[in-house]
Amino acid sequence: MQEITLKVNGKRHVLKIDPETPLLFVLNDELGLCGPRFGCGMAQCGACTVIMRGQVVRSCVMPVSAVGQDEVTTLEGLGTLEQPHPIQQAFIEEGAAQCGFCLSGVILTAKATLDANPDASDQEIRDALGGVLCRCFVHSRMLRAIRKYAETRRA
Amino acid sequence: MTQSRRQFLKSSGALIISFSAAPWNALSAQDQGQFGTHPSHIDPGKLDSWLAVGSDGVATAYTGKCDFGQGIFTAQSQLVAEELCVPLARVKLIQCDTSITPDQGTTSGSQSTPTNFNSQSLALAAATAREALLNLAAKKLVEPAEQLTVANGVITGKTGRAVKYEELIGNRHFNLSLSPTAKRRSVAAWTVLGKPVPSLDRPALMTGQFEFVHNIRVPGMLHGRVVRPPEMGATLAHVDDQSVRNVRGLVKVVVRKDFVGVVAETQYAAAVAACQLAVQWNPGPELPPQQNFFDYLQKQPSRDVLGVDSGDVDAQLSSVGSVIRAKYTYPYQMHGSVGTSCAVADVKADSATVWSATQSAYPTRSIIAKLLNMPLDKIRVIFVRGSGCYGLNGADAVSFDAAILSQAVGKPVRLQFSRQDEMMWENLGAACVVEHRARLTKDGIAAWDREDWVASRGSRPGYNQPGNVITGMLLGYDPEPIEPRSAKAPAGKLRNGSNIVPSYFAGCVGGSCQGDGTIRSERALTHSVRSPFFTGPLRSPLRIQNTFANECFMDELCKLAKADPVAFRLQHLKNSRVIGVLKAAASASNWQARPSPRTDTSRAQTVTGRGIACVAYEGDNGYAALVAEVEVDLQTGTVRPKRFVAALDCGPISNPDGLRNQTEGGILQGMSRALVEEVIWDKKRITSVDWETYSSLYLDYEMPAVETVFVTPTDVPATGAGETAITLVPAVIGNAIFDATGVRLRDLPFTPARVKAALVEVEHRA
Ligand code: FES
Ligand code: FES
Repeated sequence: MQEITLKVNGKRHVLKIDPETPLLFVLNDELGLCGPRFGCGMAQCGACTVIMRGQVVRSCVMPVSAVGQDEVTTLEGLGTLEQPHPIQQAFIEEGAAQCGFCLSGVILTAKATLDANPDASDQEIRDALGGVLCRCFVHSRMLRAIRKYAETRRA
Repeated sequence: MTQSRRQFLKSSGALIISFSAAPWNALSAQDQGQFGTHPSHIDPGKLDSWLAVGSDGVATAYTGKCDFGQGIFTAQSQLVAEELCVPLARVKLIQCDTSITPDQGTTSGSQSTPTNFNSQSLALAAATAREALLNLAAKKLVEPAEQLTVANGVITGKTGRAVKYEELIGNRHFNLSLSPTAKRRSVAAWTVLGKPVPSLDRPALMTGQFEFVHNIRVPGMLHGRVVRPPEMGATLAHVDDQSVRNVRGLVKVVVRKDFVGVVAETQYAAAVAACQLAVQWNPGPELPPQQNFFDYLQKQPSRDVLGVDSGDVDAQLSSVGSVIRAKYTYPYQMHGSVGTSCAVADVKADSATVWSATQSAYPTRSIIAKLLNMPLDKIRVIFVRGSGCYGLNGADAVSFDAAILSQAVGKPVRLQFSRQDEMMWENLGAACVVEHRARLTKDGIAAWDREDWVASRGSRPGYNQPGNVITGMLLGYDPEPIEPRSAKAPAGKLRNGSNIVPSYFAGCVGGSCQGDGTIRSERALTHSVRSPFFTGPLRSPLRIQNTFANECFMDELCKLAKADPVAFRLQHLKNSRVIGVLKAAASASNWQARPSPRTDTSRAQTVTGRGIACVAYEGDNGYAALVAEVEVDLQTGTVRPKRFVAALDCGPISNPDGLRNQTEGGILQGMSRALVEEVIWDKKRITSVDWETYSSLYLDYEMPAVETVFVTPTDVPATGAGETAITLVPAVIGNAIFDATGVRLRDLPFTPARVKAALVEVEHRA
């Protein structure tokens, strides 16, 4: 057990926890967050994605002790039900989900990609999503929503 | 989430819901209920079982058909709003909870729409309620019911006087039976139903607020993991508890017959303990080798069923004319939900609550009662959505596992499978081999014989077959047996639930021909063979396997006849709805009539082709035709679908946006299954245990355009729609590859290596 301070979605948390615990379990079980989800536990699907320092991180394989001072942003850290983030708004408008289990990987990866490169082409966006899995196969609507967000972002 | 039923009902605005006085066990002696399920304590014949209007005017509806992302939550909410004439925002839908919703069996097989949207169940309940409210208003306003109008939950008389629903019935029982004569609102008058209402869960999903079953947290909850055998058929020899003594937070190692699991204070501790636990297993038998599995399958004892048999096919197939044969194979495939299955169980000494993503809340309750040895009425199963399941994924097994772990520790336990637990032990989509023989004359197809062998073991546990999934097997229950027996002559009416009978068969059974086609010399036979692995329904179960073989073979016949695939199909069809979708898909895709393969291809590296197929899903539960345009790289064997055009006829459409989403998703999922998905095993075990050993198309795959057109005849009932288009995908891709290359691929998936090998083989022969 170790005392660990975590900054998540703008809030500080002090936890006593086994430092080897995957960040994902901490987000779900200690902080009660629903956005990042366990899909594979082996960095193969993206369901557990969070953003740290502008980069996407697979929280299922990152020990909580490795987070350090970096702020963690989860899907619920972007916008709220009342005021969704523009990328979330684009997904709402395009109806880009079925079960929605995969959304942290899809939305956060797209956002991080466009934050780093606002002019990313469709091909570049798709490449960035190479390790993200959606078994409901909402691919086309998701790409449309991402394109829509990219356009509003540029405008 | 641990609130009592009373609190639950309070918060659901339906204080007034109560149950018929007869205890469930007094009813259980009766025959099966109207849903083909056991009658429960919530009488589906009573209006109050389905609907309640609160004093705030909110209509709470109770349904036994639940949403896993296919959109049925929104569509059912629309249905209630429409029939009851209240705004959508004033409908509150409660799904699949064995304490408060009617038993509607399993949400599967594209049955939710036919069951709840036509002239029974939820639709009839809402229509009955509207009629009852009109009658109450007529009394109150002293005007005949016929001259009252109703909108937004307010009934207005000719005189202009008005009364609200809540003033007529708010928080009180209707005390009525469902009225079989209650009129559904006409499709032409729909204002909410039939509209592309955005799925109601979207804002919560996109902002990470949506609570899946994975997010259920109960006070005092512990975490579990299961420790499955390392191979098929292994049995437990020894568990060494000492091996996990040092795991901090470990609560208990649970062993029951061959079932092994651990419970700990945290997920991490449970995962560590499950990894570290030293377990010895007695080895299981060797598995049939994968290389010649289909030959093995055809040699096993089988349970045989004839769909149709005109009795003359053998004679016909030995007389003059061109007879062709072909054999098609379809591999085991996985549901492969993105999220592994999860459940939370709170088993106390004398009662249990289980939060489960099962498609079968009531059957799951029965199985849990059996496994926990507890009376049925002490168990409550509450559906909470999980990751998209596409059929029987691990949701049932994990619910049983969680209940066993919770009972063993006397505390609530949350259990989520590891990726390997999920994949190695799921009920796979069945592997299947189909053989065809047919004779062609100048007038068309004179005779067609088709026979399939399906690998099958277990399936849904239903109300009393725990052994149909892994947990039951580990606890000593057997799967439903497949008793070998030869087929009886088909009798009664044509049944084509698994689409073994091609659309071109006349389908004559007992003197009446209810098939969709014209071929009278016909035979369709299916053999169920014991599978080495568990199998169960996977989106379009057996329909996709059979349709792949049937519709590709039809294309082979088109080729033999040197006929255009659309024209030749039309020549053998008589069902106007199949004809309707086939023509619509051809016209929407700008189909050019000509035989396949195309002859105008240059010797370029990449060639293109088109393919078509059609189906009457389950015989009569939705009609679809699909066109695919694909590109084939002759160097690498890579197949790239470029465009799909689907035509669907599913009767009146509840929500066109939801239907489009399902159709697009289904087609792309079908594409993944056609191109890359296949379960692999070695001598001992399934080796497809994660996303590196089982392939799926990821989000970087450049998806083809999907266009969907709807064909909606008037005055037909609503049918299923979420599984119709996917059923056709392997067939249309196979047909399009043939059109492009002249090479017929009969084994799925169409991997580059397999396509390349077939191309090379043909080149050598030429
Ligand atoms: S759960 Fe982390 S990548 Fe799959
Ligand atoms: S929406 Fe279900 S997995 Fe993506």
